[in-house]
Amino acid sequence: MTALLEVSGVSVSFDGFRAINNLSFEIGHAELRAIIGPNGAGKTTFMDIVTGKTRPDSGRVLWGERSVSLLKMSESQIARAGVGRKFQRPTVFEDQSVFDNLLMALRKDRAPWKVLAYRQSAEDRARVAELADEIGLGDQLHRKSGELSHGQKQWLEIGMLLAQEPRLLLVDEPAAGMTLAEREHTTDLLKEAAKTRAVVVVEHDMDFVRRLDCKVTVLHEGSVLAEGSLDHVTKNQQVIDVYLGR
Amino acid sequence: MKDSLFARNPSVLIFLGLLAAFVAAVTVLGEGVGMGLISTSFVKTLGKTLCLCLIAIAMDLVWGYTGILSLGHFAFFGLGGYMIGMWLMYARTETIVAASLAQAEIPPTPQEIRDAIGTQIFGVVGGSDFPAIWAFAHSLPLQLALVVLVPGLLALVFGWLAFRSRVTGVYLSILTQAMTLALSLYLFQNDSGLRGNNGLSGLQNIPGAADVPQSLLSIWFFWGSAAALALGYVIAAFVVSGKFGSVIRGIRDDEARVRFLGYSVESYKLFVFTLTAVIAGIAGALYYPQAGIINPAEMAPIASIYLAVWVAIGGRGRLYGAVIGAGVVSLLSTWFTGGQVPDLPLGIYTIKWVDWWQVLLGLGFVLVTLFAPKGIGGLFDLVSGRRAPARHGADLGPDTGSFREKEAEQ
Repeated sequence: MTALLEVSGVSVSFDGFRAINNLSFEIGHAELRAIIGPNGAGKTTFMDIVTGKTRPDSGRVLWGERSVSLLKMSESQIARAGVGRKFQRPTVFEDQSVFDNLLMALRKDRAPWKVLAYRQSAEDRARVAELADEIGLGDQLHRKSGELSHGQKQWLEIGMLLAQEPRLLLVDEPAAGMTLAEREHTTDLLKEAAKTRAVVVVEHDMDFVRRLDCKVTVLHEGSVLAEGSLDHVTKNQQVIDVYLGR
Repeated sequence: MKDSLFARNPSVLIFLGLLAAFVAAVTVLGEGVGMGLISTSFVKTLGKTLCLCLIAIAMDLVWGYTGILSLGHFAFFGLGGYMIGMWLMYARTETIVAASLAQAEIPPTPQEIRDAIGTQIFGVVGGSDFPAIWAFAHSLPLQLALVVLVPGLLALVFGWLAFRSRVTGVYLSILTQAMTLALSLYLFQNDSGLRGNNGLSGLQNIPGAADVPQSLLSIWFFWGSAAALALGYVIAAFVVSGKFGSVIRGIRDDEARVRFLGYSVESYKLFVFTLTAVIAGIAGALYYPQAGIINPAEMAPIASIYLAVWVAIGGRGRLYGAVIGAGVVSLLSTWFTGGQVPDLPLGIYTIKWVDWWQVLLGLGFVLVTLFAPKGIGGLFDLVSGRRAPARHGADLGPDTGSFREKEAEQ
């Protein structure tokens, strides 16, 4: 198998409402992919399933070279296996400094006793500083992250994801509430990240998706409606009907 | 070393210094080895207060730092007390019984001595046989091990069941409260094996130290309590200061996010819950020999609620806050309920503080929660210049909890 993540025939319903309907989806090892779709198309539920927050009623979710099923793993195990997730609202630990946030995310042993015995090494400090520079927060390391602006929090969260060194990054509406300059920086970060790993971006904003310049998957009513380049899918009549035409 | 525990937490050294000064002062002024200006009973009160400060630290770890509002930590405290109480009572009764049987013409067999001890201890609940749980009561090292093991294992099993099912928030509080209530009701029964509502008594008499006056014993226990508090404080500071502290505070603020970072939230909660139960057990084992008696009422849910009130008044999420809260409130409580505070005549009604203290405490709790959510410990922020912006309830940032740049930089 060449795909990093393979979702096939997945369905899930909440109180009779089919949020995901026989969805199949694949992504390769170093690929940038945008998922678009109208509200209620199942974009967030899709991420919930991959990260273990929601269990599907049927279907398979296979991961990595050895095709292990993600359905039997807990959220934290999936995260350790290499799936990182960024939520729509920036969720950083506001009571803690940028440094602490990044340090917590660094790829290290996560067992309680190992963390208890953990002592910062010079390399770790250097790695945190490097990440902070990458996300443009190099001079803010010791500020409480609650004091950062909305855009800075979004970057911090992306930085925390990068610190986790995931093989697949799921990003939910990264550009929401950002200024134009901030969006450009975010686009660069995501494109850079996609050189070494798979990145899936859920986004509403067509301009942002165009700037990402990647393959696009259109979701509608819980399944894939169209897939291809942005120009290709925007010419698709069905897509125009359900999404763009409105 | 830049990275050492004390360098990162100057409050630890300050706390240890103040504690040492306090111990020295009480020792010099106390009756046992000093000038006798402080009565033995007050030395005991102070020693007990130090134990309460220790369990408050445990509560702060589990509630203030990890966000688990446990209303059951006094159950662990009581269990620690019972475990040490069993040995104290057994060994003390043994010396008395052996002395009286030694008068007999035929020397008593070990079995006769054991039966006589059983009659002495369990006569009050109409029994004379040792229940199975007293199997190790003859041995101090084994009972000391149980002080740690019994609360620790109970917390481990209870926590594993509760956290694994993802019980959180108020539901977990109710569950912990149910646990302590069930335990206390069970111990109230005469056939529970721990003398029902009589509890264990005479614990102030230390076996093998019959010649040592209480004034000296009290100061020994005071020292022991202070040492345990100091050690507990340093351990707690170590736990909350490093990356582990970051993770548990993360769990308190946003559990789901920590999970998606790859940390197994349940293991962390279980670790903290069990560790604090052990600390609570040790605090209880030091408390009850100073109190002299333990009975199941000590484990009633209200005790654990008081614990939460102390920590809230002292200031959650900072260790010295918990110590201050427990120390100040429990000493005030002793003072008010001891009938030493003069009544307040209001003409038509006289306020008797023994009755009105709880109203005052409740009012204090409400006022602190409303107007000083950081508690007494928050006062130290004024000194060190740390402050939160006055928002007057308005959400100033783009997101809850955010500061405006200008404000944050002041």
